[in-house]
Amino acid sequence: MKILIVEDDLEAAAYLSKAFREAGIVLDHASDGESGLFLATENSYDVLVIDRMLPRRDGLSLISELRQRNIHTPVLILSALGQVDDRVTGLRAGGDDYLPKPYAFSELLARVEVLGRRKGTPEQDMVYRVGDLELDRLSHTVKRAGREILLQPREFRLLEYLMKNAGQVVTRTMLLENVWDYHFDPQTNVIDVHVSRLRSKIEKDFDQPLLRTVRGAGYMMKDEAAG
Amino acid sequence: MNGLHGLLGRLTVLYRTTAVRLSAVYLLLFATCAAFLVFYVSTMSEGLLRQQMRDAVAQETEQIESIFNKSGMNGLLRTLERRARQPGANLYIIASPTGEVLAGNVASLQPGVLDTEGWTETPFRYQRYQEEARGGNRPMAYAQVIVLSNGLRVLVGRDLGEPENFRKLVRQALMVALGVMGIGALAIWYLIGRNALKRMDRMSGASQRIMAGDLSQRLPTSGSGDEFDRLSESLNTMLGRIEKLDEGLKQVSDNIAHDLKTPLTRLRNKAEAALAGDEKAEYRIALEEMIGESDQLIRTFNALLMISRVEAGQAPAEMSMIDISGIARDGAELYEPVAEDSGLRLVTEIAETIEIKGNRELVGQALGNLIDNAIKYAEGGEGEPEIRVALARREGDVVLSVADNGPGVPDDKRDDVVKRFVRLDASRSKPGTGLGLSLVGAVMEMHQGRLELAATHPERENNRGLTVRMVFPVRSD
Repeated sequence: MKILIVEDDLEAAAYLSKAFREAGIVLDHASDGESGLFLATENSYDVLVIDRMLPRRDGLSLISELRQRNIHTPVLILSALGQVDDRVTGLRAGGDDYLPKPYAFSELLARVEVLGRRKGTPEQDMVYRVGDLELDRLSHTVKRAGREILLQPREFRLLEYLMKNAGQVVTRTMLLENVWDYHFDPQTNVIDVHVSRLRSKIEKDFDQPLLRTVRGAGYMMKDEAAG
Repeated sequence: MNGLHGLLGRLTVLYRTTAVRLSAVYLLLFATCAAFLVFYVSTMSEGLLRQQMRDAVAQETEQIESIFNKSGMNGLLRTLERRARQPGANLYIIASPTGEVLAGNVASLQPGVLDTEGWTETPFRYQRYQEEARGGNRPMAYAQVIVLSNGLRVLVGRDLGEPENFRKLVRQALMVALGVMGIGALAIWYLIGRNALKRMDRMSGASQRIMAGDLSQRLPTSGSGDEFDRLSESLNTMLGRIEKLDEGLKQVSDNIAHDLKTPLTRLRNKAEAALAGDEKAEYRIALEEMIGESDQLIRTFNALLMISRVEAGQAPAEMSMIDISGIARDGAELYEPVAEDSGLRLVTEIAETIEIKGNRELVGQALGNLIDNAIKYAEGGEGEPEIRVALARREGDVVLSVADNGPGVPDDKRDDVVKRFVRLDASRSKPGTGLGLSLVGAVMEMHQGRLELAATHPERENNRGLTVRMVFPVRSD
């Protein structure tokens, strides 16, 4: 995966470059809005990570300009403004995801990976499969090794989101955002409890674990047997 | 000299006031109009008078000619003698064809007047016998000269004194009027301007004290309800708001100093302790703990920022019609597993399809905070292990409440717990920022609603529980 980071804080950019490279992601860096626009237009990236406040051209105007030029690369907005309204304006300007500063790198990495693979995950897939677990989006049924597992509606949506992003880390806030459509910090371990309930339903009576806890980051659906 | 300087300075300042400038402009405009009017009226009436005079003279010359034709020289002389004696009489001269004065009531006149027949082109100077004797002035007159059939010349003239006097009178009146106007305007200038200046001085004095940092100062009002009062009143309202914000800011900075320094100190201590050791595993644990501490700090920061933004009336976050029944159900569902893990039952009593105008995200977060609090404080308590989330209409309001059966909050502490960073002693050991209820309070303020705290079981001695109600007023708009 190749991404572009537009960030004027050079120290933060250097840290991000190193961390992303260690995670196996190729990265270009622009330190102001205009050169960001140039790079994003000239080259092809999987994800753009754009700081909201930039010299020479601010982040939101950069995104609108890209969208006007018909460049639809997924954009993650980084911002020191973390209020409800700021998120809304960011997404309205054409951003695909919004992460308030300060953030954990694991959170940023997880979101960038999900955005970058978005293209490859056909939304129209009617059945998600991970190992012997099967989720039918049309009939709202979940089967493991042919045996039906009964889930609550919210548990179904939780599993659906996890399976859609199988092989990738999803964080607690990503789950809260995508399954409950809330963007605040739940503070307590509400999400963990939901996940562990779901896990007990899909892993009880089976040897092979499918839902891993990634320490310090979140969760990942993965068929460990398949490697 | 100083006194003069002072007065000049005072007048310069006066001139700078808007009222005085405006009245100066009006005075100038009015004076110009008045001068023009007076000039126009006097010119017009003078012309009219002159025309009348000419008509009278012309009529008289005609009469004289016809008298001469009828009664000859004798008749003419008699008539003229009689007329010349009347008071305010016209000027009459009978002269020989060569211009020698034979008879008349004029002692002397400007030479050459008798030479041309018809109207004199310009007014001329003359003197009557009486005036020549007194050595008086030489007035002006207009006259018509005719030549009779026997070659004699007759002059009939009229004094210009009448229109001249009229003109003088009008001009005098104008000067007096302008003078009075000028003096009046100056006086009004001074009075209005001085009054305005005095009030302005008082206002700027007050604002200077405010600028010096005394936000409790207010601008003076006279109680008359005029423009100055209205201005002062709205400025005072503004000052009140600023004072409140300033106090809030001071409170926040005090709180930040206290409640953010504590975790920062812990953070620093951990780093120091880890540096002192040299176990790799120790580093790892210390770093993880430090990340945990920073996350908690960030949380506190975010909550603080959000509260102050909402309280400052800033960020009228997107408001729309939201399904609060759905929010209540989602919130209960989100926290239900956590409650169960803490040994509590989360029951709901949610009325169907209630919509209010609000911000889903903020209301959801506020409800989350309340349920989270209820779980924290009712956990392991002696009351019934139950948390009740209810949504109902109450007298035109929509009330979303979270009730627990925990130890509750003493009646006299209820106002305190809503304040920032206030945590009752019993809760100090539990994790949290101490901002949860303040945030709910701020969200309610933004929705023009209010936060009510009550005991769930007021009749009990112990474990009275706490019920927190978010009351949303439903407006017809």
